Amino acid sequence: MQRLGVFVCWCGSNIAATVDVDRVVAEAKVQPGVVFAQDYQYMCSEAGQNIIKDAIKQYGLNGIVVCSCSPRMHEATFRKAAEAAGLNPYMVEIANIREHCSWIHKDKEAGTEKACVLMRAAVAKVLLNTPLKAGESKVVKRALVIGGGIAGIQTALDIADAGFPVDIVEKNATIGGRMAQLDKTFPTLDCSSCILTPKMVEAKTNENIRLITYAEVEEVSGFVGSFKAKIRKKARFVKEDVCTGCGVCMSKCPSKKGLNEFNMGLNNRPAIYIPFAQAIPNVAVIDKTQCIKLNTGKCGLCEKVCTAGAIDYTQQDEFIEEEYGAIVMATGFRPIDASKFDEYSYSTCKDVVTSLELERIMNAAGPTGGVLLRPSDGKHPHSIVFVQCVGSRDVSGRGKPYCSKICCMYTAKHAMLIRDKYPDVEVHVFYIDVRTPGKNFDEFYRRAAEQYDVDYIKGQVGKVWEEDGHLVVRGVDLIANEQIVLNTDMVVLATAIEPDPTARKVANMLTASIDTNDFITEAHPKLRPVESPTAGIFLSGVCQGPKDIPETVSQAGAAASKVIGLLSKNKLTTNPCVAHSDELLCNGCSCCEKVCPYGAISYDTHLINDHGVKETRRVALVNEALCQGCGACTVVCPSGAMDLKGFSNKQIMAEVEAICL
Amino acid sequence: MSVNVSVNEPAVKAAAENAAGANTENKEWRPRIVAFCCNWCSYAGADLAGSSRLSYPADVKIIRVPCSCRVNPMFILKAFERGADGVILCGCHPGDCHYSTGNYYTRRRMALLFSMLDYIGVERGRTRVEWVSAAEGARFSAVMNDFVAKITELGENVKVGDLRCKK
Repeated sequence: MQRLGVFVCWCGSNIAATVDVDRVVAEAKVQPGVVFAQDYQYMCSEAGQNIIKDAIKQYGLNGIVVCSCSPRMHEATFRKAAEAAGLNPYMVEIANIREHCSWIHKDKEAGTEKACVLMRAAVAKVLLNTPLKAGESKVVKRALVIGGGIAGIQTALDIADAGFPVDIVEKNATIGGRMAQLDKTFPTLDCSSCILTPKMVEAKTNENIRLITYAEVEEVSGFVGSFKAKIRKKARFVKEDVCTGCGVCMSKCPSKKGLNEFNMGLNNRPAIYIPFAQAIPNVAVIDKTQCIKLNTGKCGLCEKVCTAGAIDYTQQDEFIEEEYGAIVMATGFRPIDASKFDEYSYSTCKDVVTSLELERIMNAAGPTGGVLLRPSDGKHPHSIVFVQCVGSRDVSGRGKPYCSKICCMYTAKHAMLIRDKYPDVEVHVFYIDVRTPGKNFDEFYRRAAEQYDVDYIKGQVGKVWEEDGHLVVRGVDLIANEQIVLNTDMVVLATAIEPDPTARKVANMLTASIDTNDFITEAHPKLRPVESPTAGIFLSGVCQGPKDIPETVSQAGAAASKVIGLLSKNKLTTNPCVAHSDELLCNGCSCCEKVCPYGAISYDTHLINDHGVKETRRVALVNEALCQGCGACTVVCPSGAMDLKGFSNKQIMAEVEAICL
Repeated sequence: MSVNVSVNEPAVKAAAENAAGANTENKEWRPRIVAFCCNWCSYAGADLAGSSRLSYPADVKIIRVPCSCRVNPMFILKAFERGADGVILCGCHPGDCHYSTGNYYTRRRMALLFSMLDYIGVERGRTRVEWVSAAEGARFSAVMNDFVAKITELGENVKVGDLRCKK
């Protein structure tokens, strides 16, 4: 005999404004099995939870329905409350009458009707619920961080400091990421390298951190607490433990026409190279597409000059297989391709550069040694025009619909640095809006505009072209309401940032949700910003959304604390909503085994007592530790033996019937 | 129980008025629509539609399933038998399934179910599969508005509805 309780939440006015809560309670009271129904302003509050607990005890309830917000929000809260009152937590069902009802319907009559239907469906389902018991699974006390930029480094350092081993997998030959390419950082004008490189060294020397550079994660299986990853360590053709980083090979290499990625292709590098002077590990790598020896068999000069004997042309890709309890995505970003915006003539005029290219030009270790020179002729420019929002806030489909968040600030930084070092250079900035939320950000921008006399022009640029050895910029000044044409020597495009192209591949591997812009979706935009909805996957840095360095570092720390919290546990409770097979119905056909993505189904011969007839049959067995509860097997089962706990055929049928009543 | 709803969308309302002409009762006819949503993408997408206040008609009632591949074609047939006028199944985009391959099974199974429904004479427009991610609240709302408008145009499902189920 079922004794059900129904609890209807007002959620302040969020539900009560468009749902007649009293009517839902009245309707609940006449549902089969319901012995108690009550409403309350905030069911999730302590007082609300006490109403539930008291009712469970007082009325001996053996199942409850909470009509409230999404189960993704408070299912866990109400399950805990039920458990505290002695009810099995899986005897709780949620009717989502907020996100799926009150928030989207303005008409109270319609909203109330729908809320009643949703309540009825939940009651129909809970009538068929059975108490479930969560199992336990192990926690491998090691974390994997994918990406070795500032986000990945900071996350790894924080996890390592708590005493857990961490592997950083970085696809490039060195860690450091985008931040290593920057010259100065806003709003303090700190030297980027000076604050980043000590962290890189720390990551290398920390005994809990293992750096796996020039490597990519190829496969991930398993689940929270025990993921298995296969990592491909690409052949560097240089023995990492032998190379001393002396750089002699670089100076002798005859194949010098490779584009220097670190300098955004503004100058060249040899086929064997160390990405930059402070690279970690400080070990050379051979670009196999460019190396003469690897392509023709001749040359071998680097091997001859290497006194350490570190060169190995026969090196093969290696595979590392490791188990992890948690995985952090810190895959970072890249600037979008500016040549898509041909009105700015980026692909045809050398003196039109992106902001990241300007960053390298301004850097003392960059292609010009930190002297501001025009890329076309190496002359000192007298005027520079900055164009904001190139591909950001662009709904035309060419660019990105979002604000890249960092461009206003780094342009103010560039403008200020240029005006400070070269007071003769005129600086104009075309902008849509200047967005400077952040500590000391607006002060910084005002300093650029007021103290350094940077000419901010509200309006967009329509066209940039070359004429008689200089550039012409045609734009609009929205405040003066007129078209303006400027002659200038250089144009700098503040290109939008986009998630690194590997992000989607990695997300798919980790089964982490990803949005249409390829940013990884967080479990909750406000309350769980560093977790993916997939348990055990955490997010750090720009892979989750545009961020500046301070924000990235804070998020990295937050992700690390979540990982530490997870790794500190000795056991995890597993989801008990898993598949199970009815031995009496199973005919041993193997259909379910073929569709299971986790290999959770196996077969064994069992002695079955089929209504008094004993016989040995081959039947399916579900490994509850491996089953993730997708339910693919339940549909494919021809005999109806396979079912999913918590989402059984009967339960879903009952919901369907209740909705169609 | 007939559901009496006033709707904001003009197109839906116009279509509803046309359909209501054939109804003998005085009450405005509203379609019954069952939506199966996978927990990881589409249900979260529906939640986002809700928290973004992107409205769609109240005729849509959502059932949460762990994965779109949990939806047995029997559930859809049962819904039609019980008087549903439309059934929509939403899952993660192909390639983005939380369980890696679940939505591929869904796609194949539903292709088979669609041809069977064609064969027994249930209009093709009454069943639909849509991929909606957790970040696509706007898409969820747009899909539901469109589906309700289409079902309203098709009118009541009389083909496989079990008359004994009707009150």
